[in-house]
Amino acid sequence: MNVFWILLLPILGIMAPLLAARLGRSACAWATAVAPFAALVILMQQTNGVFAGQVDAFSMEWIPVLGLNVELHLDGLAYLFALLILGIGLLVILYARYYLSEQDSMPKFYAYLMLFMVAMLGIVLSNNLIQLWFFWELTSISSFLLISFWSHRTDARKGARMALTITGAGGLALLAALLMIGHVTGTYQLDEVLGMSDVVHASGYYPAILVLFLLGAFTKSAQFPFHFWLPHAMAAPTPVSAYLHSATMVKAGIFLMARFFPLLADTDAWFIVVSLTGMATLLVGAYTALFKHDLKGLLAYSTISHLGLITLLLGLGSQLAAIAAVFHVINHAIFKASLFMAAGIIDHESGTRDMRKLNGLFKYMPITATLAMVAAASMAGVPLLNGFLSKEMMFAETLNQYTLGALSWWIPLLATVGGALSVAYSLRFMHDVFFNGEPIGLPKTPHEPPRYMRVPVEVLVVLCLLVGIFPQFVVGDLLNAASSAVLQTRLPEFHLHIWHGFNVPLAMSAVAITVGSMLYIKRRHLFHFQGQFNEMDAKMIFEGLVQRTVRVATAIQNWLDTDSLQRAMFLLLLLALAMVSYPLLSMDSVEGSRPQIPTNWVVTFCTGLLIVSTILTVWWSHRRLRALLALSVVGLVVSIAFAYFSAPDLALTQLSVEVVTILLFLLALFFLPQHSPALDSSLRKIVRDLGIAAMFGSVVGTICYAMLTRPLHSISEFFLANSKSGGGGTNVVNVILVDFRGFDTLGEITVLGIAALGIYKLLARITLAMPTANSDGIPWSKESHPVLLALISQSLLPLALLVSAYIFLRGHNMPGGGFIAGLITAIALIQQYVAHGVEWMKQRMPINYQGLIASGLCIAILSGVGSWFFGHNFLKTWYDYFYLPGIGKFELASAMVFDLGVYLTVIGATLLILANLGKMTTSERLRGGQE
Amino acid sequence: MEFSFALGVGFLAGAGVFLMLRGQTFPVILGLTLLSYAVNLFLFASGRLMIDGAAILGTADAYSDPLPQALVLTAIVIGFAMTAFVIILAIRARTDLGNDQVDGRESSLTNGELLDRKYRKDVKEAKR
Repeated sequence: MNVFWILLLPILGIMAPLLAARLGRSACAWATAVAPFAALVILMQQTNGVFAGQVDAFSMEWIPVLGLNVELHLDGLAYLFALLILGIGLLVILYARYYLSEQDSMPKFYAYLMLFMVAMLGIVLSNNLIQLWFFWELTSISSFLLISFWSHRTDARKGARMALTITGAGGLALLAALLMIGHVTGTYQLDEVLGMSDVVHASGYYPAILVLFLLGAFTKSAQFPFHFWLPHAMAAPTPVSAYLHSATMVKAGIFLMARFFPLLADTDAWFIVVSLTGMATLLVGAYTALFKHDLKGLLAYSTISHLGLITLLLGLGSQLAAIAAVFHVINHAIFKASLFMAAGIIDHESGTRDMRKLNGLFKYMPITATLAMVAAASMAGVPLLNGFLSKEMMFAETLNQYTLGALSWWIPLLATVGGALSVAYSLRFMHDVFFNGEPIGLPKTPHEPPRYMRVPVEVLVVLCLLVGIFPQFVVGDLLNAASSAVLQTRLPEFHLHIWHGFNVPLAMSAVAITVGSMLYIKRRHLFHFQGQFNEMDAKMIFEGLVQRTVRVATAIQNWLDTDSLQRAMFLLLLLALAMVSYPLLSMDSVEGSRPQIPTNWVVTFCTGLLIVSTILTVWWSHRRLRALLALSVVGLVVSIAFAYFSAPDLALTQLSVEVVTILLFLLALFFLPQHSPALDSSLRKIVRDLGIAAMFGSVVGTICYAMLTRPLHSISEFFLANSKSGGGGTNVVNVILVDFRGFDTLGEITVLGIAALGIYKLLARITLAMPTANSDGIPWSKESHPVLLALISQSLLPLALLVSAYIFLRGHNMPGGGFIAGLITAIALIQQYVAHGVEWMKQRMPINYQGLIASGLCIAILSGVGSWFFGHNFLKTWYDYFYLPGIGKFELASAMVFDLGVYLTVIGATLLILANLGKMTTSERLRGGQE
Repeated sequence: MEFSFALGVGFLAGAGVFLMLRGQTFPVILGLTLLSYAVNLFLFASGRLMIDGAAILGTADAYSDPLPQALVLTAIVIGFAMTAFVIILAIRARTDLGNDQVDGRESSLTNGELLDRKYRKDVKEAKR
């Protein structure tokens, strides 16, 4: 449970800086620090338990059906990383308080920082693969926000984009790997998965899993050849660099490799890929770092190099190497964060990061200089400092491996070269910046930073010394706990001592320091040598690639989408045709085994009528009123077909919808041209369209025939059997609508309401060109409301309403229901609109149709919610039978309330559409007549 | 009987598709309506055809399949909402753009086609 709070407190803490924004800068920083501090205290309380090997786990059901749960756990490795994330996070919060200028939005920065902290904590505490991946992607997004914090700068935006692209793509690869792992092992729970190394190794997926997994880890941890995003991410404010790009985010990849070490390691593929990548990164990073003039650039490449070192250790495969890797994670986080902060101080107080200008700063800022030099010495691996210990362990382990068979001696040799290079660039950092003459043309005179800005650096440097001098006492237990979590077995014996006696690793260290110093002293020759090569700028390549991708995508899009609906429709239909026809080609015969109903003259006549009126609709489509007449015949035949084939509910619905649709079409014709040009497109196009229409029609007809003549295995037996007993109604169609599939119906009436509101919005503030005559020049009739029609429709209204009430009430047991009753009521009311006009209706029926839709939806939803109070599921029907004298026995069902909601929504939507369109015609025309 | 039904559905679908490919809004809406008739009938057909089947429990031995009917019933109403939306969209487009072309341009013909047509017109006049 405690582990839950460690994650939850920082999540709540994201809001803290935003809420405290008005209280001033210091208050904002303090408010931000509260949540991580509390989380750190809780974490510390777990220390004894974790060191004793206990795992604090938390599990909460989220979507149990899909196996998605919130799973957290706190073991040694998670403890170590959480400690780094929270501890260094707190120092960075303090540091950023003094680093950010007045112009920077501090609450925004802190909120992003907290978001990132949550994401990192989520990664290390997750006990579920998908959940882990979710937080993994969250780190990519939050780091994008942090790198682009100074969004007015081009390099910040581009750097952020590059980081997001690389780590985001890696994240997708990781997702694929995790899904495959879940598929192979059958579970997404991390601690269960880790124990199934045999299953994963034995499955054929293992190579794919390994490659994708390592892609994810390597991109995040800036391993060669994906390392180039990290130096460009240095456009971020320095606190971000110190936190994300040295201590935490880039370690996420390392964390992942350590976490999955028991699952995926222990194969030759792992050893070779991981160790060689690590070695390449180590060398490339260290060599490039030497030539960087930018202080942060040097540190960025040095970070890449040290990440390579850790990866190399994880790739060596021995248990002691894994322990050394964990140890170096701690050490690197400590000294590199302090170095970044020192670099930030130098930048802040002297105005530049260029080492060609920065010289002799020691006398301006002696304390900062001393701190930075201690940290840099640790980076170089000087004895009595923490960097020395893990580097020594690394050297020892490189001697102890057989990865490359007879050529395995390459690895210790190259490791020594890497060590020498790291000594050289550390020396450059110390000597160039703090000594080496006088500063050249600095924008401002450097001086010591504000007191508290230095505190984080001091804390970290003291840690460097403490770990370096009393390693066993300070980090022994922590390393023990974290390493046993990595290896998941009993640890081999290891000792953290400063002095191991005169041995080969010590000699390698001595060689590295000597050669490194030589390299630095003779650096002029080296710089001259390097100057002969053109510097390969990864940014240019990357930007070029991005632009090429965008160009290709734009070209494809321009080809597909030419702003023409006709063309888009044509391509879509062609695609649909191709996809639908393909399975038909492999079908043996169209006709199936189901016995067919013998045809008769009624059916033949109706089919003929349907076909003729369909053709006439097309033929007359340029004489629009005639086309509409033909269309209404089609609609009538369809209604008859429904009635004939035993679907009375459908026939009723189709008939009433038909009336409303045709009315709507007629209204629309008032505003649209009544004629189209006879030949609206070229003959070639018409022939082409006829061809595709014929093919489409024949394919649809064939599928329909094939389906009709094949036997049916329907799930409807269930509905027929349970309609009466479960839903209390004998009209199965209606019971399905309001009970079995009530949730669908709720969705559908919502769509209806949304469509009506959309129409309302479309009609708002429309400027209509009001025709006074039709296109043949015949003026519209002045008498818009004939008396006869008015009289008849008025006397029909009560009757129509009675019918609709009857249809509504009997709906549960006989054909009818809310949809049909709603449509009938709507038609009765529309008839009044047609006969009397909108103004007349408005006076007599002042109803707001939007409100009607809303109340209908509310009633429907409430009737569903109501069943919760009786302990049932949403929309579960309740019904019972009652007896009233004079009426007799009758049934009441809660489904009727739902149906009432449907009824009201249908009326509201239909009238909102028609009355609004109708309103435009009448009022405008009246005004036109007065003029 | 099945054949007649399928024939009707096929005709409706084909005519709908042809009209949907026209350049003006009104025929496109007509086409959409025809196509939704076809789709509704097609969905209904997935329950197979039955004459004199019972829609109400206890009125006959053989029941027509209620599930496609329930689905089609809502589809009809939603189809109406869609048709209405497209009609109003067409009216709005006409008032905003000044024409009733689906692409919002006066003519959806390409330059070549326009030239063709002009050429034919010229030929006709020359003959006169």
